[in-house]
Amino acid sequence: MDEHAFVLERQHFRHLLAALQERGYQTIGPTVREGAIVYDVIESDTDLPVGWGDIQDEGSYQLMQRAEAALFGYTLSPQSWKRFLHPPDVRLWQAHRTDGTFSITPAADEIPRCAFIGVRACELHAIAILDRVFLDGAFVDPIYQRRRAHTFIVAVNCGQASGTCFCASMQTGPAVDSGFDLALTEVIDAERHYFVVNVGTEGGAEVLNALPHREASAEEIAAAAQIVAATAEQMGRSLETANLKATLYNRSEDPLWDEVAERCLTCGNCTLVCPTCFCTTVTDVTDLSGAVAERRRQWDSCFTMEFSYIHGGSVRYTPKARYRQWMTHKLASWIDQFGVSGCVGCGRCITWCPVGIDITDMARRLQTADQPLGEAR
Amino acid sequence: MTTKTNAERNPKLAVWKFASCDGCQLSLLDCEDELLAVAGAVEIAYFPEATRAVVRGPYDLSLVEGSITTPHDVERIKRIRKQSKTLITIGACATAGGIQALRNFTEVDDLTAAVYATPAYIDTLAKSMPIADHVFVDFELRGCPINKDQLLEVISAFLHGRKPNTPTYSVCMECKRRGTVCVMVAAHTPCLGPVTHAGCDALCPAYNRGCFGCFGPMETPNTAALSAWWRRLGVADPQLMRAFRSFNAGAEAFRKESEAHEHADH
Ligand code: SF4
Ligand code: SF4
Ligand code: SF4
Repeated sequence: MDEHAFVLERQHFRHLLAALQERGYQTIGPTVREGAIVYDVIESDTDLPVGWGDIQDEGSYQLMQRAEAALFGYTLSPQSWKRFLHPPDVRLWQAHRTDGTFSITPAADEIPRCAFIGVRACELHAIAILDRVFLDGAFVDPIYQRRRAHTFIVAVNCGQASGTCFCASMQTGPAVDSGFDLALTEVIDAERHYFVVNVGTEGGAEVLNALPHREASAEEIAAAAQIVAATAEQMGRSLETANLKATLYNRSEDPLWDEVAERCLTCGNCTLVCPTCFCTTVTDVTDLSGAVAERRRQWDSCFTMEFSYIHGGSVRYTPKARYRQWMTHKLASWIDQFGVSGCVGCGRCITWCPVGIDITDMARRLQTADQPLGEAR
Repeated sequence: MTTKTNAERNPKLAVWKFASCDGCQLSLLDCEDELLAVAGAVEIAYFPEATRAVVRGPYDLSLVEGSITTPHDVERIKRIRKQSKTLITIGACATAGGIQALRNFTEVDDLTAAVYATPAYIDTLAKSMPIADHVFVDFELRGCPINKDQLLEVISAFLHGRKPNTPTYSVCMECKRRGTVCVMVAAHTPCLGPVTHAGCDALCPAYNRGCFGCFGPMETPNTAALSAWWRRLGVADPQLMRAFRSFNAGAEAFRKESEAHEHADH
């Protein structure tokens, strides 16, 4: 942890939200809704899930009342920040037919400046992956770019891992390392409740300077470091990444894929909750008169039939081919494509799979399967 | 404005009813704001629910609601097919036999004997069947009832000669896009969403209810795997059988799954 850390007392936390709002940011953070802690617009610290935690396991999520009144005592929300940076449904343009010709109106894209409150280490890595996908190279995605450019990030070091977390295996957490404006560690001991704050950017420093704060003591910094270190020991899941890419390529015909396909519903939930899955489909619609047409872009999933539809039919017509495509892309071919794994170990696909299919379990079974490995690619 | 020549006249639309509750046809009348646009784009030639005026066939587009349940229905749908350039079935009755397909799981004679004073007067078929069992159907629009936005989409697509955007994937896709917290995972409420065809915009989960399967089986429904998970949630065979045996009881995937729980002993 940075030696230059600061302390923000719990009772001053509301000033952080206010300072961001004064700077024109819409503050988006955790709040309790529909029996879960979701990310949504929050106005004040009373909107935060004070004292709430969660219990997560395969196919199961439960809210839990914690002993202390922590603001960030939960682990991960059902959906990721992807929702705000890469929205599930956007209109791209509209066309109007007039006098035998037509004109195209680009969609008005009103983008609020968003401050994300409570971004975890794995989620920062996921945003970094989306940055590569959408901002690197010749084809920049303007929708993502506009949203990302205005984002202020308040990260939070995890004080608690869930039953489906495995960021430690993926080296994406639980400690926040980069990609934030401000990073907080929530410390609650017998007498005090405060945040140890690290500054990541000048913008972060400017906001911090507007709040009541002071330099952190060596003890406070050590207390924060100790909390994150303890979280690393709580991982509910693990994934052995050494040789995993080769295993997936070599075992593409393993009977284990048939087994998982017997359980998989091809519902697509895992892909939509994954913070790095970015696929979309584009749909053209017309009105009844044919005077107005529009093009929309929506989240898609490699688990749908239409996803691999080319003239004559779907290429991946079996559920087996679709599950294999997803897992192999996520953990192997993503590395060839983008230089990093597509998985940050957040565990959402495990928790939110309605039948509890566990990507780490599948990986382990492939890794320990009886058949000898072929030549690694 | 001159009067339209025969070539540029609006397509003739007919709406037909078989064994059904009228709910799907009413979705068309329920289009309120868009109804004038519909009336402007097509000539409503036969739609007894809306107008008594009848224009003779042939028809460019026939929307058919309801299932085939009598020998008379069989003859009638064949005549309608002959008079229709495009025939689109709307709703669970027309696409899967509807709730009345519950008769398919029992002896119809027992039912007529129980319901009618003089069963001999009743001329009915043993099964309630989808329209596509009897004639060629150009497109099936799912739902109990259908979603009016999807109906407008199907009519627009027909008018402009394009494929309708009515995705065949799961309700979960709509549920996640909408941002609803999954009721099966977070509340352990049994939900048919993962095996059900999209189209309702995941209405029930948004109101904290499990999906009832109104739109019938999705493109690749793994009903057995979902049932196995429902058992873990404490759902026993009789309830499992009933869950799959409702508005879309006659749809193949749901029929088979309900039968698997009918005499299962666990
Ligand atoms: S694959 Fe699963 S665990 Fe990995 S980042 Fe995606 S949702 Fe999280
Ligand atoms: S792995 Fe789970 S969430 Fe993903 S498609 Fe299969 S059943 Fe759905
Ligand atoms: S609530 Fe039902 S429809 Fe929604 S994601 Fe969960 S299982 Fe799917």
